[in-house]
Amino acid sequence: MKPGAGITVALFATCINDTMFPSTPRAVVSVLERLGCTVTFPEGQTCCGQMLTNTGYFAEALPTVRNYVRTFGDQAYIVGPSGSCVGAVRHQHPMLAEQAGDAGLRAEAEAVAARTYDFSEFLVDVLGVTDVGAYFPHRVTYHPTCHSVRVAKVGDRPYRLLKDVRGLDLVELPSSETCCGFGGTFSVKNPDVSVAMGADKARNVMQTGAEYLVTGDNACLMHIGGLLHRMNAGVRTIHLAEILAHTEDGAFA
Amino acid sequence: MTTAPQRLTPAPPSGTFLGMPAFPSAAKSALQNQQLRKNLRLATTTIRAKRALRASEVANWEELRTAGEQIKNRVGRHLDTYLLQAEEAMTRAGVVVHWARDAAEANRIVIEIAKAKGTREVVKIKSMVTQEIELNEALEAAGIAAWETDLAELIVQLGHDRPSHILVPAIHRNRSEVREIFQEEMGRWGAPPPDGLTDNPPDLAAAARVHLREKFLRAKVAVSGGNFIVAETGSLVIVESEGNGRMCLTLPETLISVVGIEKLVPTFEDLEVFLRLLPRSSTGERMNPYTSVWTGVTPGDGPQELHVILLDNGRTNVLADPVGREALRCIRCSACMNVCPVYERVGGHAYGSVYPGPIGAILTPQLRGLDSDVDKSLPFASTLCGACNEVCPVKIPIMDLLVHMRHKVVEKKTAQHPTVESAIFGGMGWVMASGRHLAFVQIFSRLAGRMFAGRSHFGPLPPPASAWTKARDLPVPPQQTFREWWSEREDAK
Repeated sequence: MKPGAGITVALFATCINDTMFPSTPRAVVSVLERLGCTVTFPEGQTCCGQMLTNTGYFAEALPTVRNYVRTFGDQAYIVGPSGSCVGAVRHQHPMLAEQAGDAGLRAEAEAVAARTYDFSEFLVDVLGVTDVGAYFPHRVTYHPTCHSVRVAKVGDRPYRLLKDVRGLDLVELPSSETCCGFGGTFSVKNPDVSVAMGADKARNVMQTGAEYLVTGDNACLMHIGGLLHRMNAGVRTIHLAEILAHTEDGAFA
Repeated sequence: MTTAPQRLTPAPPSGTFLGMPAFPSAAKSALQNQQLRKNLRLATTTIRAKRALRASEVANWEELRTAGEQIKNRVGRHLDTYLLQAEEAMTRAGVVVHWARDAAEANRIVIEIAKAKGTREVVKIKSMVTQEIELNEALEAAGIAAWETDLAELIVQLGHDRPSHILVPAIHRNRSEVREIFQEEMGRWGAPPPDGLTDNPPDLAAAARVHLREKFLRAKVAVSGGNFIVAETGSLVIVESEGNGRMCLTLPETLISVVGIEKLVPTFEDLEVFLRLLPRSSTGERMNPYTSVWTGVTPGDGPQELHVILLDNGRTNVLADPVGREALRCIRCSACMNVCPVYERVGGHAYGSVYPGPIGAILTPQLRGLDSDVDKSLPFASTLCGACNEVCPVKIPIMDLLVHMRHKVVEKKTAQHPTVESAIFGGMGWVMASGRHLAFVQIFSRLAGRMFAGRSHFGPLPPPASAWTKARDLPVPPQQTFREWWSEREDAK
């Protein structure tokens, strides 16, 4: 029996993936369905709100909390391909409700946050798999994004998933746990520092000789990838879910 | 032609931090200094690794952090009680206790004491709080020379410079720069360096030792800060590495200690927690080389007159904020700045604050208020990567406090009228309030995708997009959003 048989997953695509990087949530659908899950996409969903929260706009972020609770409140498993967005749902939604003086919303936000998983957590912890049947014959290096490590706390799960991909050559990234400098609105409020940090990250990536830089967060990838692309560095960026979607039977497209 | 009045001590770069540019532009110039970046990279990388090693040696490190957090929380909760208890215990032991509401009051008290002693100079132990109140310049204006005796503070003072780190204030200087400063300045303010001074660290330290010894032996008054005051016994505690502190605490007849009111610990036993947390977190040592504890005056031994100035200077305002007050637990170890990737690249001066790095970004705007552009910019001087949260020995949730302070900045900026930014974020709030709204604005991203079909990225674009695209390409949005793909797929089923 497939590990996901009988499990229904509500996909939290996240606003940036929905709008800018749709191939990532498509890859999540592909992997989860391959593993036997039934995937739904509640269309009321929008965003975790962290861009608003982290810039200081708490009142403006509160509707995203209400919307998240309304959209996903009755779901058993909510899965998003972003350590950062999942981290914000878990860590910031209850705080925003509390700041607004809404104890009821806080309790609801906590309850739904407890059922929200980063894609890598869901695969490893709920489905109990690290080998998802993926095939990706490339040299790859992984950048553990800050919020996936320090807020969502996904730990070594992404590494375990990557190690079980057939054909994949995983090389270690020097200073991997140092921030890439994206930082949400930091990237445009402090562009010079952001780019200086990103340049160091890009240099470390290039040093590995990897063809692909992989993370579990497309926002960080947009930043590092933007630098690598400007330099014609010959390194492509890819989300973890998209690597896991490739199989020996066919490339994910 | 007028000549500048003769100074008693080397002049700092400018009188005050006020009027400094906000973080983004100060950081931009700091980034151009390749020497600074190299010095900082080397120093922070080394100290970071040492801290990690020393913390990992303690089996119950996490429990120790929790204990530190809880003791400091208790002090904050009962600060009124502990302050009075400390005052009583210190007075009983022969200390003259003074209360200072702000920097001006504290400086005035120090000046009055020094003047009463008839001295024209004081020696100083490295202290953050006297930097905070800008005591040296106040003393200078009153005709009293304040001599820094910590090696790095001496480098900073002789270099007409400002500290850029709370623990290693000359972290931005390398040894050849230090040699140059000593060569150039030492002789003007006291004992000169020996001929043929090299940039070999032991030679530099020896030159400093000779220069400082003269001042130690001459000084009648010393000024210190304080790492801790034990409320129960009225004992003051200073931890240091060089022994210059021990000299200042034992040689001069009069000692004046300026201590922030949050520096209390309830009992002597509580010190044990902090004396383990602090050196491992700050210098990455198991124990700091010198720990001085003094309780009042002992006839014939050490200072015969001891003044303690308990300083508020904004601290009670911080305490009044139930979220922001967590920053008052800070024991000034500097682990957060040593691990901060932003600090590593720009250094301490860019923050325009005595307390730089992550702790400075949350503490300074609370102590000084959010009136200046610098203080409004500080909470945004972070990527929120959270590395600081993990190393803080008293578990200050720095990342959350940065977000909290950002909220306060936004409230302050939009209190009178909306700003361009608040209009943008107001619009974004509407978009993200419902899936229908988001789907509506995605019409525009898809349109852009169609217009620029065939291109994968945008290159440099005009402002405001230039903030991103000056150095980074920007992906062209796809022609089909995920939700569109999903609904097509559902329809086809």
